[in-house]
Amino acid sequence: MTIPAIEDLLRELTPQVLGALVRRYGHFEECEDAVQEAVLAAAVQWPAGGMPDNPRGWLVTVASRRLIDQMRSDQARRERESATAAEAAPEVPDVDDTVVLLFLCCHPTLTPASQTALTLRAVGGLTTAEIARAFLVPEATMAARISRAKQRIRAAGGSFEPPRGAEREERLRVVLHVLYLIFNEGYTASSGAALHRADLAHEAIRLTRMVHARLPGDGEVTGLLALMLLTHARRDARTTAAGDLVPLAGQDRTKWDRGLIDEGAGLVKVALAGPVLGPYLLQAAIAATHADAASAEETNWAQVHALYLILERIAPNPMVTLNRAIALAETEGPSAGLALLSTLDEDGRLAGHHRLLSVRAHLLEKAGDAAGAYAYYRRAAKATASIAEQRYLESQAGRLKT
Amino acid sequence: MQFLIGMYINPAVLDALTDEEKAAIGAGHGAFIEALKESGELITTQALVDPSQAAVVSVRNGQPVVTDGPFLESKEYLGGFYLVDCENRERAIELAARIPDAAIEGLAIEVRQVMFADGQLEA
Repeated sequence: MTIPAIEDLLRELTPQVLGALVRRYGHFEECEDAVQEAVLAAAVQWPAGGMPDNPRGWLVTVASRRLIDQMRSDQARRERESATAAEAAPEVPDVDDTVVLLFLCCHPTLTPASQTALTLRAVGGLTTAEIARAFLVPEATMAARISRAKQRIRAAGGSFEPPRGAEREERLRVVLHVLYLIFNEGYTASSGAALHRADLAHEAIRLTRMVHARLPGDGEVTGLLALMLLTHARRDARTTAAGDLVPLAGQDRTKWDRGLIDEGAGLVKVALAGPVLGPYLLQAAIAATHADAASAEETNWAQVHALYLILERIAPNPMVTLNRAIALAETEGPSAGLALLSTLDEDGRLAGHHRLLSVRAHLLEKAGDAAGAYAYYRRAAKATASIAEQRYLESQAGRLKT
Repeated sequence: MQFLIGMYINPAVLDALTDEEKAAIGAGHGAFIEALKESGELITTQALVDPSQAAVVSVRNGQPVVTDGPFLESKEYLGGFYLVDCENRERAIELAARIPDAAIEGLAIEVRQVMFADGQLEA
């Protein structure tokens, strides 16, 4: 095996080994140290001395030994008692430990920011410095966040057991949400000039693939992976060479990544045949509908609208209604879209939101109200926290200036 | 999301405080900084010298012109700021409300989201 291949394998195995140890012994932080030592040992020994027959088993054994040594010496220091429950030789369990570890990192006592950071650290294997860079915060800030997350997990105590039944289902939704947040952070920087933070998007896709490989029958896992692939497929078309944003309707669709689209659309097709229709799958189905059209004009807007309508019913959310208004304007004209938008004015969650303002501007323009569209593009430009989006909205307003 | 929490001070208001009140503000900021560090939300915080020490710089006909500041004639000035990274706007506002200045009539705390950042993270 080449050294890069060994590194890839170690990256894949690390969360499994950490999950196995944590499940067996608890003590997240101590397990993490032990696994890191074992991975380091492997990185040194395997290229020179050859691969063990069972690399995962090797890592679990070495890491467990380190952990037990550490626990023993800690304990010996406290009291002269050497026998611990941890002494038994660890067997490699059949439950998937990557998923166990993901469940732990997405523990409900943590904030989404902590869940995200811990997932990238423990499951993704990113260094604290890498995570800090990706989220544009100093390393010390991220280190504090991660160590606080570990403390909280420890304080929650006794919850290293993976959740079962309805709780497991709920936790899986949290895991998917965290993966979605990581992807989004990479896809559109929530602040700053860089529109793509591709590394995070790649990492989110890699982790979601990992979950999908373990839970291939879950429609929402499949849906989320498909949504990511179909969205990521547009990355090269989303910005000009100068870094300006290109909206969906104006994108050069020949720049869309056909390989990713085919894979994403294939996953949607399989999952739609399944029993459950969840929000990620529906969003992926919408993205697949767009991907199906050779140009914006050829989009099957009736289907997009129908999918948003179902999404609105199963997961009501003003942002979904907003998107449905765009589709409705395409099928029934801008005034129908504007009428639907006006139902959102009462909703405090979206009041003054730049998306509401910019969609209204877009629909007013389609309806022939250039002055109204100008005013709303200007307001939307003021409301956004993204420089790329602001430039785009200002250019839209500039186009309409009389 | 990153937010700048700006602290607008009024020197006259600060001068009118008792020593105990001033000490309580200092202690309050100290505790606030520790809590922010511990939660992993603090990026940086800085306090600025008195506005009377400011220099206003402009360039006219290619020549720099420097005059004594401050630029804005106002009773209130930017006295310092916290730069935080937190979950959302609600959390930023919740944090801002914990700053001792917020409870003092005549001083103000302003929360604004960051739109662009560069440089300070490489250090």
